[in-house]
Amino acid sequence: MIETLVDIILLAFLAITAIAINRIRNLFAVIMLFGIFSLLSAALFVILDAADVAFTEAAVGAGISTVLMLATLALTKDHEEKVPTHRPWLPLVVVFVTGVALIYGTVDIPDFGDPQAPAQQHVAPRYISDGMKDTGVPNLVTAVLASYRGFDTLGEVTVIFTAGIGVLLLIGRGAGRRRDEEDS
Amino acid sequence: MRHNLILRFIAKFLIPVIVLFALYVQFHGDYGPGGGFQAGVIFSVAFILYTLVFGLTTAERVLPRSVLLILACLGVLIYAGTGFATLLRGGRFLNYSVLADSPTAGQHIGILVIELGVGITVASVMLIIFFAFAGREQN
Repeated sequence: MIETLVDIILLAFLAITAIAINRIRNLFAVIMLFGIFSLLSAALFVILDAADVAFTEAAVGAGISTVLMLATLALTKDHEEKVPTHRPWLPLVVVFVTGVALIYGTVDIPDFGDPQAPAQQHVAPRYISDGMKDTGVPNLVTAVLASYRGFDTLGEVTVIFTAGIGVLLLIGRGAGRRRDEEDS
Repeated sequence: MRHNLILRFIAKFLIPVIVLFALYVQFHGDYGPGGGFQAGVIFSVAFILYTLVFGLTTAERVLPRSVLLILACLGVLIYAGTGFATLLRGGRFLNYSVLADSPTAGQHIGILVIELGVGITVASVMLIIFFAFAGREQN
């Protein structure tokens, strides 16, 4: 009962934050609202018993990306410019149709935590029953992430590494400055 | 922000706590929530706070970009290297069970080492990105 109430309140705040992000033109306020949005999502993940995901969302979503967006904001104007608005009918129809399709899709989705759900039937039972015996790691999320799915995680780390290299190549000043120093 | 005494004091007090928490998340990931990804992000937050309060030049003297780049590569190499270590010990790629005498001990070592690699890469990449943005602001 209390959980449902918290769910409803958090989701309501989430919706309000999303609408506010859409309406507000001061980009500094929008970035702060993004942070709040991530924090609310993190709270929702906690309610869904996904502590690791909540942790990541709070650290990355509310923490790092807010700082990175503020750093970006320092490079641009802090106000979103008004663009000439189109007539809203076509976007409205697209959003409405997509929304109806998504809601129709939820009809078939199994209940939250349903043990008969297809997602719980594949490899999950093996992880849950043998995880502790195979890896000796009490935190099942770590066991799956680092051991059973170690190869996937290697890929993820490579993606992060590639992202860093990409940013460095695009806007890092290291290469340009060195050339300047050689010239002078 | 260089002359703001309260901010400097609070930051000096907070940064060690954040680093300590990052290390806790890093090495306690086997038992509680967290792991290399979260720890790396939290660790980089400590340095971002340092940069915000004490300025980019000071922060770059503490952690130069060249070092960060090497660390980012090192993390991926540690991870992939663990995979090759398991191959050399006769196991399959990233099957840590062969790393020690008993399979669970091997798993423990393997998970600890690859999480360390993840943490190092994530922390240094976050700082590389942040320094890239913050450095552009100065020019």
